[in-house]
Amino acid sequence: MVRSRDAQSDSKSQYYENLKSQAQQRLEQLRAASPVKEGPSLLQRLEGNGVSRRDFMKWAAAMAAALSLPVTFRREVAQAAELLDRIPVIYLHLAECTGCSESLLRSDSPTLDTLIFDYISLEYHETLMAASGWQSEEILETSMEQHKGNYILMVEGAVPMAAGGTYLTIGPHAHTGEYILRKAADGAAAVIAVGACATYGGIQAARPNPTNARRISRVVNKAVINIAGCPPSEANIIGTILHYVLFGTLPALDSFGRPRWAYNMRVHDMCERRGRFDAGEFVQRFGDDGARRGYCLYRVGCKGPFTFNNCAIERFNQHTSWPIQAGHGCIGCSEPDFWDTMAPYEEPRKNHLYAGVFGGMGADATADKIGIGLLTATAVGIGAHAIYSITQGNFRNPSLDDKKSVVPSQESTDQSTETESQPK
Amino acid sequence: MSRRIVVDPITRIEGHLRVDVVIDDNNTITDAYASGTLFRGIETILKGRDPRDAGFMTQRICGVCTYSHYKAGIEAVENALGIIPPYNAQLVRSLMGIALFMHDHVVHFYHLHGLDWCDITQALAADPRKASDLAFRYADFPVATGADELTAVQARVKTFVDKGHLGPFANAYWGHSTYRFTPEQNLIVLSHYLKALEVQRLAAQMMAVFGAKQPHPQSLTVGGVTCIMDLESPKRLGEFLTRFEQTADFIKRAYYADVKMAAEAYGSEDSVLQGCNIRNFMASSQYPISRTESLFDSGYILDGDLSRVYDIDDEHITEEATHAWYQNNEPLHPYEGKTQPNYTGFQDGDTVNGPAKILDGQGKYSWVKAPRYNGKPMEVGPLAQMLVSYGRGNPRVQKLVNNFLSETGLPVEALFTTLGRTAGRMLQTMLMVEGGHEAFGNLVENLKVDRETCAAYSIDNNREYRGSFSGDVPRGALSHWVTIKNGVIDHYQCVVPSTWNASPRDAQGQPGPYEAALVGTTVADPTQPLEIIRTIHSFDPCLACAIHVMDVEGNCLAEYRVDPQTGQTS
Repeated sequence: MVRSRDAQSDSKSQYYENLKSQAQQRLEQLRAASPVKEGPSLLQRLEGNGVSRRDFMKWAAAMAAALSLPVTFRREVAQAAELLDRIPVIYLHLAECTGCSESLLRSDSPTLDTLIFDYISLEYHETLMAASGWQSEEILETSMEQHKGNYILMVEGAVPMAAGGTYLTIGPHAHTGEYILRKAADGAAAVIAVGACATYGGIQAARPNPTNARRISRVVNKAVINIAGCPPSEANIIGTILHYVLFGTLPALDSFGRPRWAYNMRVHDMCERRGRFDAGEFVQRFGDDGARRGYCLYRVGCKGPFTFNNCAIERFNQHTSWPIQAGHGCIGCSEPDFWDTMAPYEEPRKNHLYAGVFGGMGADATADKIGIGLLTATAVGIGAHAIYSITQGNFRNPSLDDKKSVVPSQESTDQSTETESQPK
Repeated sequence: MSRRIVVDPITRIEGHLRVDVVIDDNNTITDAYASGTLFRGIETILKGRDPRDAGFMTQRICGVCTYSHYKAGIEAVENALGIIPPYNAQLVRSLMGIALFMHDHVVHFYHLHGLDWCDITQALAADPRKASDLAFRYADFPVATGADELTAVQARVKTFVDKGHLGPFANAYWGHSTYRFTPEQNLIVLSHYLKALEVQRLAAQMMAVFGAKQPHPQSLTVGGVTCIMDLESPKRLGEFLTRFEQTADFIKRAYYADVKMAAEAYGSEDSVLQGCNIRNFMASSQYPISRTESLFDSGYILDGDLSRVYDIDDEHITEEATHAWYQNNEPLHPYEGKTQPNYTGFQDGDTVNGPAKILDGQGKYSWVKAPRYNGKPMEVGPLAQMLVSYGRGNPRVQKLVNNFLSETGLPVEALFTTLGRTAGRMLQTMLMVEGGHEAFGNLVENLKVDRETCAAYSIDNNREYRGSFSGDVPRGALSHWVTIKNGVIDHYQCVVPSTWNASPRDAQGQPGPYEAALVGTTVADPTQPLEIIRTIHSFDPCLACAIHVMDVEGNCLAEYRVDPQTGQTS
């Protein structure tokens, strides 16, 4: 027993040793590359803003933890941040609401927005760039040319494919979003989809999807890293960029293309109200006594058990809060097609229950299979709560077919399983 | 001989916007066309959904004024169901709204609009000490303008400029002849540009305290708010208040001062003293701060006549599509709104920058429809709200506006310009600061005796409901219109601020406010149309908002029925 634990920890430390040498190699390469920008070092600039070396290393350690790396990686993380200016970034807006850019603008940790402005070379970003019209399109052309094969392409928004892509045109030559995306992706070293629209189509792709909006991974011929969420937290956006800088490769992804370091745990598992769930203490109605006491929000629709994200830990706006802290259930915004599969957002996911957990539509079908035994038990518990909730709930359930929703019979469960497993 | 300038994309806005203008031999704009170039179809998607979901989905119309559509979607459904949320919930919603205004307007002025006024490359020539002294002319206690801080800012920008790789600042219209700030003034604004990046983070946290996150907060529900635990925690109330004070401080000591400075520096620049050729303004009431008072007034004025403010009658609101890419051209009320796409594309043409695609001004040329009130185009937004409230005799607004005019020496007429629109937004932010204090105090008092945050209600599947929301949001008058049948949404329509302002021409050939605002402006250099960008930015365009209104509700799609539980269509 003891020996096997030693063996385990040996292989683990070997694993991290290898990872570390990979990171160091990568950093060496970057250091050798000529910088896009010159000027005082990151640290000099940070110090100018009152951030000490010590603060910076503290931040790097926190970032390493966020990336699921041991704290011994803090030096590499810090060096990666200092080398960010070697990486040109082109950021495109397609069919979207700009919420992800807004999230990026709030980025976390010691003056991280300063890092973005000063240390990655943000070549093109419609919401932030000073140039307009012809001049902005010229920047896009020249930076794609000049940095061919080296830039990170970040994309916010889905690609409308109906009507030959003409539901979105940009620039004096009125190129379609699809055309611009394909072209930019061709020369990119890595493609990162930011937010629900770019990763899975988002709100415009919800049924009946009038513009035939598609996720970008179905349009470009490259692996795409999906930073899921509507919008993703600023920590998940920045962390993913850092990972690329640090290792020069894509981070480990789950089967939905999401970086595992951020999306490998269920919201439910890390939730501050999890104890309430286990104790069977539920909010019955928003504004009731249970709501005042912080009871579990499952019965008023929380989708935490079906949603993979680190919100419970990272939270939003520099850890200010997250939906469950503010008393509202999770709506599952980092899951594929959540606008269709998680609605209604204020009712338990009853008809979806079994299909959702085991049928392949939900996040539970991700690469993380270890928790499956635990999840089975949870799912049974959830099922019981769901049925109880429907019969006891104070809210009228305005479902299309009332009879079917009151008690999910075997028949209706099977039906929904069938529907969900159909290819879309 | 007339020539054409195409500006696409208009950057530093939300969404996808193109402007085509025609200039004469003197480079004066004789015709202008504004076009939204993205179509999303969110109202169609809302059909057949649970009405309680409307707010969550409409919120995704826009991630910039993110909360506006959330609140509108929730309150339209509450209106349809006859629900009045508890007083606590009303105040929390107002405070979140106020937080949004404070965030949105600061980001707009500094990060989206600021570079139209401030030439950052000119800031390099400034004497930081002189600039530091100068800052006291516009504020009693200036922010981030000590000589040492300005020197550091200057050094930082110098690195940018010296290495010739400007990143997001590359290729702009630096050195343009209509930039009017002195090097010292440019340096002050530049320092505030950087400072505002920090402040906007605080302002976003302010909303997140009660809202869970920003963008896309998640604590509103039909009937009230869910953040009861935050409200009952003095620590959380304190966090809100601290963020509020920090943001308010910047607004009073930097934003107000910088707009005053711009008014002085640009007082002789013709291109910013025009830009208001449609002098009809419309605004809606919103944001209760006590049981009896709301911050905003409702009404409309015609032809710039502040002495008469008319009441709005919802029946007179229509949208039409003669020049928009839809089949049904005739004006329709939002409850009857119809929209089948009829995309006719662009034409090949010649511009001052060379061959390009150009808008077909004679035909259809935008995804934005043309809303009209009683057949007239209306400008909406902060300026409209300030003018309507002023005309209504709102004492807070009168005081703010009169003070600003007397401090800058500008006549009332100066409000009807590009500069006035930018000043109006700042004055509105000042109003939010003042009202926010009162609303917060009232909330704290009320929580001592009243813990209600959410009204109970039921939805009868056998009844039909119809309701609407209308109110001013950061970009102006917003309305949502909902019909509920069989317990699900049967019809949903939004008429949004940027649709009013970015409107194309209508059947009578009346242009929309963006278009009209540009006509008569002379551009110094047609290949660097800074004057166009500046005037368009003064409206704070938000095109995803304008574009979403496309409701594909024609014959074929009307039969679509979405089962929100299974996602099945039938």
